[in-house]
Amino acid sequence: MSRTWLIVLQVLVAVVSIALWHVLTTYQIFGAVLLPPFFFSNPLDVAQQIVAWFASGVIWKHLWVTLIESILAFVLGSIGGVLVGFWFARQPRTAAVFDPYVKMVNALPRVVLAPIFTLWLGLGIWSKVALGVTLVFFIVFFNVYQGVKEVSLTVLANARMLGMSERQLMRHVYWPSALSWMFSSLHTSVGFAVVGAVVGEYLGSAAGLGYLIQQAEGVFDVAGVFAGMFVLAAFVIVIDTLVTMVERRLLVWRPLVGDSRP
Amino acid sequence: MAGGATATAQGNTQATAIALSEVSVAFRLGGGGLYTAVERATLNVADGEFVAIVGPTGCGKSTLLNIAAGLIAPSSGRVDIFDSPLAALNRQAGYLFQADALFPWKTALENVAIGLETAGTPTVEARARAQSWLMRVGLSAFGDRYPHMLSGGQRKRVGLAQVLIRDPKILLMDEPFGPLDAQTRQIMGNLLLDLWSGDRKAVLFVTHDLEEAIALSDRVVIMSAGPAARVIGDWRVKLARPRDIGEIKLDHAFHELHRDIWHMLKAEVIKGYAQTEGA
Repeated sequence: MSRTWLIVLQVLVAVVSIALWHVLTTYQIFGAVLLPPFFFSNPLDVAQQIVAWFASGVIWKHLWVTLIESILAFVLGSIGGVLVGFWFARQPRTAAVFDPYVKMVNALPRVVLAPIFTLWLGLGIWSKVALGVTLVFFIVFFNVYQGVKEVSLTVLANARMLGMSERQLMRHVYWPSALSWMFSSLHTSVGFAVVGAVVGEYLGSAAGLGYLIQQAEGVFDVAGVFAGMFVLAAFVIVIDTLVTMVERRLLVWRPLVGDSRP
Repeated sequence: MAGGATATAQGNTQATAIALSEVSVAFRLGGGGLYTAVERATLNVADGEFVAIVGPTGCGKSTLLNIAAGLIAPSSGRVDIFDSPLAALNRQAGYLFQADALFPWKTALENVAIGLETAGTPTVEARARAQSWLMRVGLSAFGDRYPHMLSGGQRKRVGLAQVLIRDPKILLMDEPFGPLDAQTRQIMGNLLLDLWSGDRKAVLFVTHDLEEAIALSDRVVIMSAGPAARVIGDWRVKLARPRDIGEIKLDHAFHELHRDIWHMLKAEVIKGYAQTEGA
């Protein structure tokens, strides 16, 4: 399939879906509107709402807040995950002691932590950052742990025979290996940072995309809810594209075959 | 047996690079038992001598090599490197592994340079010397490639340069050309002999390919089938150097030697198969 043809088909999917949505919410079929606009809105209203947001400029503030929360959650969660992942991988005894607790916390649905974070950190951005951190941390932690544990024994023996000290092993062998594992989960962890931010906003905040959606829902403004979803989807796609670019740049040494995303 | 087990290449004037005496290695098994991989093996490699170890699969050839490298400590016996006992990692040895051992996140050039950089050589100088080593192994245009972009033979060349750039006095090789196809093996063998003839390091070369062993080395050592593998034969290869691996296999003396050694090795290979089948 050629690239142009692929893009044409991809656009076609969107056009057909929106057209179908429009027809089913606007025109009577067999004497009734199949999708009542009260529950399903319609594409024109949603588009108008999005345009209104961008025209008045109110959306930028919310996008900015969500972006900042996501970035902070990703950066802090990653730093924590890398440090603890390294520490546990190099100290099997510590890892064994903490193992059941790590599993326990990781098994917990993170949403239940949101009220606690709101109580501790207030309604500002930090309670959302904290929620995102709990999500990102575990993904990065498990990957780094695995990356350090699964360094090829031959590569390690070779490094020793080439005269590397413990510190040099850390820098030239363990660290790159751990990083490659971490970057292979970059899409997941960035995605979860956004999820943490938006869910946190939805559950209680004064700004952000999650707040926008929650406000619209509160007044049965279905067009507003859909508009918020579309803006959020576009936001995630932009971030994901940026991540792909970073990934290509940093993992040039990896073969492209078997390059699979979770 | 042709030639004594303790004989050295050029009489007694040469120093002994590797001396394994009565070395045994036992591994503790998961079930609590003890598996003796190598039993009372004695082997000397003189400075400048190229020795090949040949034996059936699973006979502990690689174990012997790892002992000489200091990666494994023997359960009993003595290991001397240039007449001083080996306590930790063998700092005078370079090791070419059977499996891929290059750093996948470094380019070919960085892979070759790393051994110098970790030893404190300034990066610029290390890179320059690495580039000249890449040229010697015929890869001067491939310095910026990552290992996965290179063929198996090219990766082995990078590995060879990575080890030799540190100028080790001893070269340990564990079936280094094992995964390569026949033609590439031959080319790599000639490249190895070519590089080796420059400064004649002591080489301990493990292989299961008897032809390769005879074509490359000064001495061929035969190990018995494991467990409790021992050195059971030691043959001197009196073929003239420099050699071409392709041509030397047509030599009459090569054939005679091959026939004699194979006669002994065959019995061990059959024993080895019987054991792996039974396991």
